[in-house]
Amino acid sequence: MTPRRKKRLAVVGLIVLSVSAAATVAFTALQENMLFFISPSDVHAQTLPGDRNFRLGGLVTEGSVSRDNQSLMVSFAVNDGAHEVPVTFQGILPDLFREGQGVIAHGHIGEDGVFHAREVLARHDETYMPNEVADALEKAGTPHTVDMPTTR
Amino acid sequence: MIWHNIKVGFHRLGSPPVFHRLCRVVAPWLWAGAAICAAFGLYKALYLVPPDYQQSDSFRILYVHVPAAWQAMAGYLVMSVLAVIALVWRIRTTEIMAMMGAPIGAAFTLICLATGSIWGRPMWGTWWAWDARLTSMLVLLFVYLGIMGLYAAFEDKRKGARVACILILVGLVNIPIIHFSVEWWTTLHQGSTISFFGESSMDSSMMPPLIWMVIATKLMFGAALLDRSRNELIEQDRRKGWVRQKLGASA
Repeated sequence: MTPRRKKRLAVVGLIVLSVSAAATVAFTALQENMLFFISPSDVHAQTLPGDRNFRLGGLVTEGSVSRDNQSLMVSFAVNDGAHEVPVTFQGILPDLFREGQGVIAHGHIGEDGVFHAREVLARHDETYMPNEVADALEKAGTPHTVDMPTTR
Repeated sequence: MIWHNIKVGFHRLGSPPVFHRLCRVVAPWLWAGAAICAAFGLYKALYLVPPDYQQSDSFRILYVHVPAAWQAMAGYLVMSVLAVIALVWRIRTTEIMAMMGAPIGAAFTLICLATGSIWGRPMWGTWWAWDARLTSMLVLLFVYLGIMGLYAAFEDKRKGARVACILILVGLVNIPIIHFSVEWWTTLHQGSTISFFGESSMDSSMMPPLIWMVIATKLMFGAALLDRSRNELIEQDRRKGWVRQKLGASA
């Protein structure tokens, strides 16, 4: 390599290095703001003002879903293994919404301690398998449990 | 001696007529390979693979979505390597290749975003969410468009290519962000299903079409890159002797 090319290579390396350093610093500072949702444990660890909107993410507690016969009102609980938050929502739920699956609700905590969701999104857990495999796991006593990232 | 031959061969690729001939010979084979792999992969994906236990048939869109996403990122890595070579060695054919990759990468990014959105509407319940994965992928699209715009803005093509190559290197930081976004932050988008070093969370019966489609997109990218580079080279050199000679009286 000629000295000129060596110098150019060094400049190229410097560009990549400095951009990476800048990005690392920026994203470390923004860590909290980059989170799409927080977990029920976060909600328990801090008292959030009632008018503040945020996204709550966790698993729908088994056996917690109850629907109102007269309206689109649904209530259920969201947990992350450690804590649980009751949620109410009026509207149409996504296809993947079911007990034991991940869910992200956007709304606020009312004075009654219930999370009033304006929007409910289902979260897929990156596992793909045919029915037969899922049934076999169930039969073997080790059904697939959904994984949900937590922030705490 | 072998090393010397490889080096000479590599440098000869910098010669436009040699590069032109190589592209013309190799590209059709890549297109053919891509067509066969894609036909095979799509047939398996749509007819042979069993439906998913949660999503039923809707999950089949991943056989387009995932390979497109990977190719959008892999294409960027290829362009970054070409950009380094172009900036350090100033080889014109490499500059052209680095530039010609951008629209192909942008197309794969767009396919990834569109198929993800179509899947997200029924499954998640929304077309779009501003989470870290979706946003960083959208940024990749804008980076690709930026490279194309910057290159086009210069009268002097070589100068434009060099400036745009620097932009490629600046945008490179986004690639690890896209990959690790689902681990570093909480996102609506699920984590990585396929793991190269650990166990993948996809049943092995669903894997083969994905592998075929991944090979197909790689070949497609290579074929499109060679074809586009060859065309750009002819366009730039249209008044030069070697092109006139090659195209005969029609030029």
